[in-house]
Amino acid sequence: MISSLILRTATRYLFPIILLFALFALFRGHNEPGGGFVGGLLAASAFILYIFAFGIKRAKASLGVQPISLIGIGLSCAAGSALIAPLVTGQPFMTALWGETDIPSIGKLSTPLLFDIGVMFVVIGVILLIIFTLAEEDEKLNFLNQSD
Amino acid sequence: MIVVLPILTPLITALIGLIAWGNSRIQRLASVVGSAVGVVIAVILLLTVQENGIQVLYVGNWVAPFGITLVADLFSAIMVTITAFMGLMVAIYALVDIDKDLEVVGYHSLYQFLLVGVTGSFLTGDLFNLFVWFEIMLLSSFVMLTLMGKRAQIEGAVKYVIMNMLSSVIFLASIGLLYGVTGTVNMADLANRVSSAADQRLSLIISLAMLFTVAFGMKAAIFPLFSWLPASYHTPPTAITTIFGALLTKVGVYALIRVYTLIFNTPEIFNYAQIILLLAAGLTMVIGVFGAVAQYGFRRLLSFHIVSQIGYLIMGLAIFTVASLAGTIFYLVHVILAKSALFLVSGIVYRLTGTYDLKKLGGFYHNNMALSMLFFIPAIALAGIPPLSGFWAKFAIIKAGLEAGNYWIIGTGLFVSVFTLYSMIKIWTYAFMRKRPDAYQAPLNTIPASEARLLWIPTVVIGLATILMGIFAGPLFELSTAAAEQLMNTEMYITAVLGGTQ
Repeated sequence: MISSLILRTATRYLFPIILLFALFALFRGHNEPGGGFVGGLLAASAFILYIFAFGIKRAKASLGVQPISLIGIGLSCAAGSALIAPLVTGQPFMTALWGETDIPSIGKLSTPLLFDIGVMFVVIGVILLIIFTLAEEDEKLNFLNQSD
Repeated sequence: MIVVLPILTPLITALIGLIAWGNSRIQRLASVVGSAVGVVIAVILLLTVQENGIQVLYVGNWVAPFGITLVADLFSAIMVTITAFMGLMVAIYALVDIDKDLEVVGYHSLYQFLLVGVTGSFLTGDLFNLFVWFEIMLLSSFVMLTLMGKRAQIEGAVKYVIMNMLSSVIFLASIGLLYGVTGTVNMADLANRVSSAADQRLSLIISLAMLFTVAFGMKAAIFPLFSWLPASYHTPPTAITTIFGALLTKVGVYALIRVYTLIFNTPEIFNYAQIILLLAAGLTMVIGVFGAVAQYGFRRLLSFHIVSQIGYLIMGLAIFTVASLAGTIFYLVHVILAKSALFLVSGIVYRLTGTYDLKKLGGFYHNNMALSMLFFIPAIALAGIPPLSGFWAKFAIIKAGLEAGNYWIIGTGLFVSVFTLYSMIKIWTYAFMRKRPDAYQAPLNTIPASEARLLWIPTVVIGLATILMGIFAGPLFELSTAAAEQLMNTEMYITAVLGGTQ
């Protein structure tokens, strides 16, 4: 995959900014528009941009784990958020717990936040699984066309 | 907390499988260990329910009828226990039976997600939540059915998916309508409100009961909604067929028993439904067993048998006395064990010969006595020969039917029994007793000792379980009678769930 120097240079700067914005959307989500799902889509879009600029191989390397493992991690976060209440306070499964202090731009720490983080991971995992699969097929086709 | 653990264990196991994607050693280990832990937890749940009565968990601390409630009464606990037991056995069998290329695409995680769905369906006390668990179960089963992606599997899966999606749509629509009439989806709350709504709008409530019967009937494979089952169950690997045959249709039966005993348990509604259930039960038994008799594929024959056995279970529900429901619960456990043992044997036969075709099999009685016995015992247990489990199961339902005066259906049941025996003898004669036809004489494949052990252990354990069920029929009947009493005495369930808020 050949991409322009402008795109590659811009991606180097945009990639962390989009990821940060994804985190911002995630933390903002509880009371205002945003949340884990939107955050996940944003973070996945950062990786899609990376694929356009540097190709699928480097994008995979920069992710570091398999997308399916991300789904697993996300679901574990969700399951963990449900388990905190029975293990710590002895309240029923899935009871929401809220911290006392208000942290600037994050809000109160809570089990729903952990659940939202889980949603974010699952969304990143699902989108990247689809995108990686499609991009790999595409690359195979390109390779075939070039060898003709 | 104990109520949610049987759902969490397979869930966590599945998640380990997802995180360790591509590492089939960890996945295999997690699958077996997780399933074993599941058995322990299920037994603890059963003992707790036996000791302390119905266990209720208000998920998220939202009390009934507003939040989702998980409820474990004796019937649920029994079903959860047998699910966990089968889960462990098939997980061990699958270590050998499932090929490497299915493991890499996540077989073990899917399998655990299937168990999550099944266990959740047994434990939920909320009708909409039941729909969600059904979907988890069905989505995993759709993928498991088509994992190998061969032509026959896709063909079977198309029928399976279409019928089950249709049933889900009907189920969801009926939940919506029932919510429109009563304003609740909590089962215990529904039980109260349906009986009062039935006074004014009886025909509407009866129509809803019928819609639920169709939705669950499709999943349970009752006549005339069973065609998807024999079309698809013989296509995937044996381990998958076994767990499908053991659990999926039984979830449909469980849901039918649950809605009829809890929600539609008023005489005016049930008297109407009874005729239809009896008719469906009789036809399911007869058509299923005739279908089985005509088959020459080992697993196809057994698939038709699943349908026929569902008929007995529906018969037990339709007679609708404590005794008949106790018989039904006993029969449920018996048929799960016996049918699974037969499926597992068919898998070993396939490994040895490379075919499921009865016409091409033969001679196992002479060259593999142990395997023959492993087939013979569950087979005659299924046919209902004393002193094995099937005899007591059929005896209980038939006795209850005679006491209730349902002579026709009992006659049909006995008539079908003869053909069940006949079809079992058919497999026995073709695959085991006679000499293998000369045209198909071929040396048997050898199974490496390490693999053979993993195939034999679950088969032998389940075979032994059918014998033990016959020997300990007394105590087990006490348990299933207690479960049936809880089912028929809906007040216990309702006070356990709604208790403080009423």
